Amino acid sequence: MCGIVGLFLKNPELRPQLGAHLKTMLIGMTERGPDSAGIAVYHRPVQPTQCKLTAFHRDTGYPWREVAGQLGEALGAEVDVERKGNHAVITVDAAEADARAWIARHHPEVRVMGYGQLMEVYKDMGLPAEVACKYALDGMEGSHAIGHTRMATESAVTTEHSHPFTAAPDMCLVHNGSLSNHNNLRKWLRRRGLEFETDNDSEVAARYFAYRMGEGASLAEALEAGLRDLDGFYTFTMGTRDGFAVLRDGIACKPAVLAETDDWVAMASEFRSLANLPGVEKANIWEPKPAVVYTWSLQEAA
Amino acid sequence: MNTIDLSQTSVRELNQRLHGLAPDTNERLWRILNPKGQHALVAGLNVPIEVQIDGHVGYYCAGMNKEAKVVINGHCGVGVAENIMSGEVRVKGNASQAAGASGHGGLVVIEGDASARCGISMKGVDIVVGGSVGHMSGFMAQTGHLVVCGDAGQSLGDSIYEAILYVQGKVESLGADCIEKEMTPEHIERLAGLLARAGIKADPHRFRRYGSARKLYNFHVDHADSY
Repeated sequence: MCGIVGLFLKNPELRPQLGAHLKTMLIGMTERGPDSAGIAVYHRPVQPTQCKLTAFHRDTGYPWREVAGQLGEALGAEVDVERKGNHAVITVDAAEADARAWIARHHPEVRVMGYGQLMEVYKDMGLPAEVACKYALDGMEGSHAIGHTRMATESAVTTEHSHPFTAAPDMCLVHNGSLSNHNNLRKWLRRRGLEFETDNDSEVAARYFAYRMGEGASLAEALEAGLRDLDGFYTFTMGTRDGFAVLRDGIACKPAVLAETDDWVAMASEFRSLANLPGVEKANIWEPKPAVVYTWSLQEAA
Repeated sequence: MNTIDLSQTSVRELNQRLHGLAPDTNERLWRILNPKGQHALVAGLNVPIEVQIDGHVGYYCAGMNKEAKVVINGHCGVGVAENIMSGEVRVKGNASQAAGASGHGGLVVIEGDASARCGISMKGVDIVVGGSVGHMSGFMAQTGHLVVCGDAGQSLGDSIYEAILYVQGKVESLGADCIEKEMTPEHIERLAGLLARAGIKADPHRFRRYGSARKLYNFHVDHADSY
């Protein structure tokens, strides 16, 4: 069992409260996932020439400044670093792939949890309330965010195994369910040159969707392809640079509820997580249909 | 009227208070505020009281209901009125999966849409849905009626026994051993009665009837070699 939540703000005036609302939503899913929790927040865009990485190391005393200094020197780029718990947001005036490659080569002990120009990813073991406090989620502004509370069934309880999983710039995935063909799919993707960081089935799904989009598929097309290629139970919520998407498998054993007002769209495993959103009493509330792709984007909302 | 605010009272306290009511209680009207999607609200009622819930509820709301009349002014989660024995449960919004599952009697009205597996294994309950139902609705339905004013998803009435299904809109597909049957005057009358009880306006002549072909649920001696 796991809990997933997503909040997409159509009304820009609500952006300062994004984190506060997501925190309430995440805590609402504590009973579905008390092992660990994670969030991806879309905010604080960097300059077009820059990228930002959310990096993790178990040690809260990890020398992020030193590492960032070495990275800047190696790439000949300006680097800024901000420590949050055992994560650090590293902003680099260089291409994201180069920065990630340098970290992988010189600091393999560091795990890059998310990368791109907007998205920051924080995930950790512990109750959702503890994780939300550790990373000061309630102070975060932004346009949209997704979150996950985990009760592990398929792989170990570690920060690395927690969701969201990132597989492309500004893209991440949270998953409630279990995939039955993830080993085959992982092999299939490895043969196509993809690398994996964990044995988690949800990471396979994230990389699969990224692979499809890398081939040129739109977000909706990639999700449609997933209906054919992914076997198992799933409710997915995916965050991208300009929106978010929800997909359930054809049998729809894993719960999901959607709510929409003029100001926001929200998704959660259970309504409990939506119960405190502003104006939810008047929201349109429904259960997403099985095997139907739901997407929202900032362009449509504008 | 007794009003219980769930921002002040726990679900357990509420349910225990309602379970403690005697059949001849004078406290017949109850209003519940701030349900906020909590689970198992007013489950296991067994006295003839009226309960109105203002807001959206979680899983198994009004489960095992007996004699009580429950109105939910909102959306409801999985398994509303599951195993209902008698009385009435009405949802003003949409319902999630397995509404009225395995219900033995009484009436369940979903004014909006119901998701997958509505009326799964129903055993005598009458369910009237103002909107559409999702896939596998009426799965293994044994007896009772499922009325759908909108459309029905895939595999309607799969492995159905003797329940009767009336659908006004499109049926995406019928499940194993479920077939369309003639809408005789007796069924028009029966459906008109169900719609009237549910307070839902629809013309019974526009509905089609589905039920069991009765080829699956009995052992057939010609199939002995298959086992």
